[in-house]
Amino acid sequence: MNLTTALARLLVFPGLLFAIPAAWFFLWVERKAVALMQGRIGPPFMQPFFDFVKLLGKDVPTREGIGGMLMKAWPLLAVSSAAGAVALLPVLPAQGGFQGDLILLLALLEVPSMCIIAAGFSSRSIFGEIGSAREAVVSVSYNIVFLIAILSIAASQHTFRLEALAALPASPLRWLGIVALLVCLPAKLHINPFSLPNAEQEIYSGPLTEYAGPELAMWELSHGLEWVAATGLVATLAAPHLTLWWLAVLVFITLSFVIVLMLSTLASATARLAIDTTVRFYWQCTLIFAVLAISSALFMRFRS
Amino acid sequence: MKLWKRLMCTCRRRSPWLFHMNSGSCNGCDIEIIAALTPRYDAEQVGVLLQGSPRHADILCVTGPVTRNAVGAIKTVYAQVPGPKAVVAIGSCPATTNVFIDSRTLDGPLNRHIPVDVFVPGCPPRPDAIIQGVAKAAEILAARGNNPPATAKAEPVTVPAAEEVQP
Repeated sequence: MNLTTALARLLVFPGLLFAIPAAWFFLWVERKAVALMQGRIGPPFMQPFFDFVKLLGKDVPTREGIGGMLMKAWPLLAVSSAAGAVALLPVLPAQGGFQGDLILLLALLEVPSMCIIAAGFSSRSIFGEIGSAREAVVSVSYNIVFLIAILSIAASQHTFRLEALAALPASPLRWLGIVALLVCLPAKLHINPFSLPNAEQEIYSGPLTEYAGPELAMWELSHGLEWVAATGLVATLAAPHLTLWWLAVLVFITLSFVIVLMLSTLASATARLAIDTTVRFYWQCTLIFAVLAISSALFMRFRS
Repeated sequence: MKLWKRLMCTCRRRSPWLFHMNSGSCNGCDIEIIAALTPRYDAEQVGVLLQGSPRHADILCVTGPVTRNAVGAIKTVYAQVPGPKAVVAIGSCPATTNVFIDSRTLDGPLNRHIPVDVFVPGCPPRPDAIIQGVAKAAEILAARGNNPPATAKAEPVTVPAAEEVQP
């Protein structure tokens, strides 16, 4: 991958020029799906855009006793790493990529969650600290399953290269891995029933309690980009390999949209679980499937 | 630059986020605020979201006749809302202290302590009147922009206006 294609992927497709409108669209779909499930009309189409621009125009209050630079740095770091994760998605066929870009993608997907933890602690608000502690516990629980699922997919296909993974035909084992990934997505995206870290009203706004104005806008954007990156990762793994670029893009967008719709429906149909139930769910119920997936992947690898 | 200003004005009008504060209310108005957000009235159609933190809010919705204990909290929360901001006084209590007038436990009405932009009288007001009041406050907020909030001289608006009320 040379510099031009790398820049094009980061800035145009599937990078910022595509990802930011897609992020707003997915945030709208989430809110609209909840509204429709509750028999409401819901927010207008442009609502996430209005919210974003409005937040950009708000003042940032002076916060006494808090390191200002760190508070400003976390949302920017979260946005840039989420944008980088989106840019690594192998949507267009024959686009290049490099050995091990799957590992980089996973690392970049993890950075926003770490930024949220750090932001909650550096805001020195009691609600922020509770939210951060919850985020840390939840992230330890789902990440084991998430990483094992990815690992089983990579091990069954003998590669850590995203494009090669997307190009290979999907085996039954990969579908098992994709299901395990889908189970982890609600916790990764902080939506019901695993919306513990930002638990609205319960602990004010969790780690983001002290954030206002443009910084909060950056958090909203990073949340939207996380939606695009996480659903896009599952979509690229689940999509059939297509040589026509426009068909590949169309399938990618449709699959992402379907996943977003599924997750929003789940979010509106469930209530928030307690922290111990969440942790028990991931450690007891889903870990078994993930271990099953990786052990069968390794077994098949040694046999072949 | 002018285009950006117009866009910002539209966005402020279309995206009012609320913070709800009780200053010694009997809970009647609080229930009506919740009713305004429920599926029957669906305030999210005009972009209204109830926020957990005053730092995220644009509009402060105050209920209750302002008890002595609540004065400090009201001033703190008002200072915590980042500008541009607006205040909506919901119910007759924050407007006039209502039936609790002359009580020695009160330090009301609300506009003695913070500038109020919109009054929504009623005991309690109807949820549609509350939504109308919030929408009016969002318009005031958008028109005012980053200028300092209304001083005592600026005339607060009452919603619904007398001529709109059906007998």
